Amino acid sequence: MAGRRLKSAFGVVVAATCSGIAASTLLIIFGYVVVQGISAINLPFLLEVPRPVGVTGGGVANGIVGSLLIVGIAGILATPVGVLTGIFLALFGRGALAEGIRFLADVLAGVPSIAIGLFAYTLFVAPFRHFSGLSASVAFAILMLPIIIRTAEEAIRSVPSTVREGALALGMSVYSATVKVILPAARPAIVTGLLLAIARVTGETAPLLFTAFGSQFWELNPNNPMAELALQVFTYAISPYDDWHRQAWAGALVLISVVFLINFFARFALRTRFS
Amino acid sequence: MLAVYASSALFVLIVAGLFAELFSGSWLAMRTFGPSFLWTSHWNPVTNHFGALPLIYGTVVSSAIGILLAGVIGIFAAAYLADFANRFLAQPLTFMIEMLAAVPSVVFGLWGLFVLAPIMRNYVDPFLQAKFGFLPIFQGTIYGTSLLTAGVILAIMIVPTVTAISRDVIKAIPNDLREASASLGATRWETMWKVVLPAARAGIFGALILALGRALGETIAVTMVIGNRPAIAVSLFAPAYSLPSVIANEFTEATADVYLSALIELGLVLFVVSMIVNGLARFLTLTVLRPAGSR
Repeated sequence: MAGRRLKSAFGVVVAATCSGIAASTLLIIFGYVVVQGISAINLPFLLEVPRPVGVTGGGVANGIVGSLLIVGIAGILATPVGVLTGIFLALFGRGALAEGIRFLADVLAGVPSIAIGLFAYTLFVAPFRHFSGLSASVAFAILMLPIIIRTAEEAIRSVPSTVREGALALGMSVYSATVKVILPAARPAIVTGLLLAIARVTGETAPLLFTAFGSQFWELNPNNPMAELALQVFTYAISPYDDWHRQAWAGALVLISVVFLINFFARFALRTRFS
Repeated sequence: MLAVYASSALFVLIVAGLFAELFSGSWLAMRTFGPSFLWTSHWNPVTNHFGALPLIYGTVVSSAIGILLAGVIGIFAAAYLADFANRFLAQPLTFMIEMLAAVPSVVFGLWGLFVLAPIMRNYVDPFLQAKFGFLPIFQGTIYGTSLLTAGVILAIMIVPTVTAISRDVIKAIPNDLREASASLGATRWETMWKVVLPAARAGIFGALILALGRALGETIAVTMVIGNRPAIAVSLFAPAYSLPSVIANEFTEATADVYLSALIELGLVLFVVSMIVNGLARFLTLTVLRPAGSR
């Protein structure tokens, strides 16, 4: 018996160690990015555009603005389609059609972002013969869709059925009950899903390589090739220049901080009332 | 109401369009190389001859290493978080592992390139070679950026997926089983190892498959640490290449039509494989997490 107890205690310790390893990996990586990034980040980094190759200094202001524009447009494209499809799944959730859409959404969530980038390329880059921020937004919007659809569906489902039945009992149509009663009640959870989708694509780099393409200059027209922060971090990291490596760490710090802040905000500030 | 139907239709159309565009884009390569594209091993942009075998090999082996490492750590971690840890430990640990999943892949790549790869080159790889050098997979020159390094980075990236889903699956196992096992005199570990984990088998397998899907398609982090050389080597210390990293590195430099088409065909392969893998994972996890008829 003592042997079995010992074995049990040992097993629990091993399991605890494994969860410790997994969790501490976050601290190790995040800590390293913070240490490297803090010493590398400065005001010009945030406010200036890149200097020519080999010239020390400069910043990623154009990439930060590019990220905001590309992700913003992606959000505008994805939100209506995603939320409305989520409503469809929540209201007509039992049919074969709804099951099919739910399946597609779950499976699309796992499709590599680079394949979706290729799709945006063949659709919006190849026919116009130039790279553009807009094509990156389309790729990001497709990446956001599955997250928005499934969280919107869950959000609407989590509104108690008494609320819906109450609205219907008062004589509202299914449509107006959905728009005027259920959607407002589900809004915090829908916004949470939207924020998580934004956090997901903010760190995404692969599809940008052949959609936004990157730029050394200020570019506010989404019809042109655009700089993007995650893409700049990648380009700088694989470059042979020390000053660019420094900027890659600084960029990684900005990127990881933004993604974490969005996650914190989505998880804690917008907890849903019903779940 | 019309908008609701239109959006759903549009969503289906997007997924169908994704497949159609990748298929038509790779048509030229399919016609030129036929199915042997998938099992010939010359990836040569100079002669415009393309065979994807080295890339498939690199993708599969690095993902397998990732799954092996992340599977062991993730399943044990999930067991601890679901059944053994008290709330004050489980909550912060779970949260930290969830946040690990939110780290952008380019940050993993940056860390992998400047921190992990030197550690592998100077400490881990020589250690493995000294202890297990009799195995062919641990022989040869040590580069640092290699299949093994890519596998380790992938393991770090997918361990949150394995842990989170396995934990949910273990939690969904009815408590009756645990109580019955305990009443028969089993220790906590015996209950976990012999009763709970076997009952959760399908769901945990689903979690591993889902994580595999993530690993197969991971692009940026792998590109930065795998070494980017399209050759098959037995040694895990040798640089290799993966399907997504080839697309990432070569797409904007591809000048010949057939080159571009071959790269899109790689994308099509990734797309189809990930659809199958994720469909399978969904089926396996849902059978545990959502018993038939509950929705």
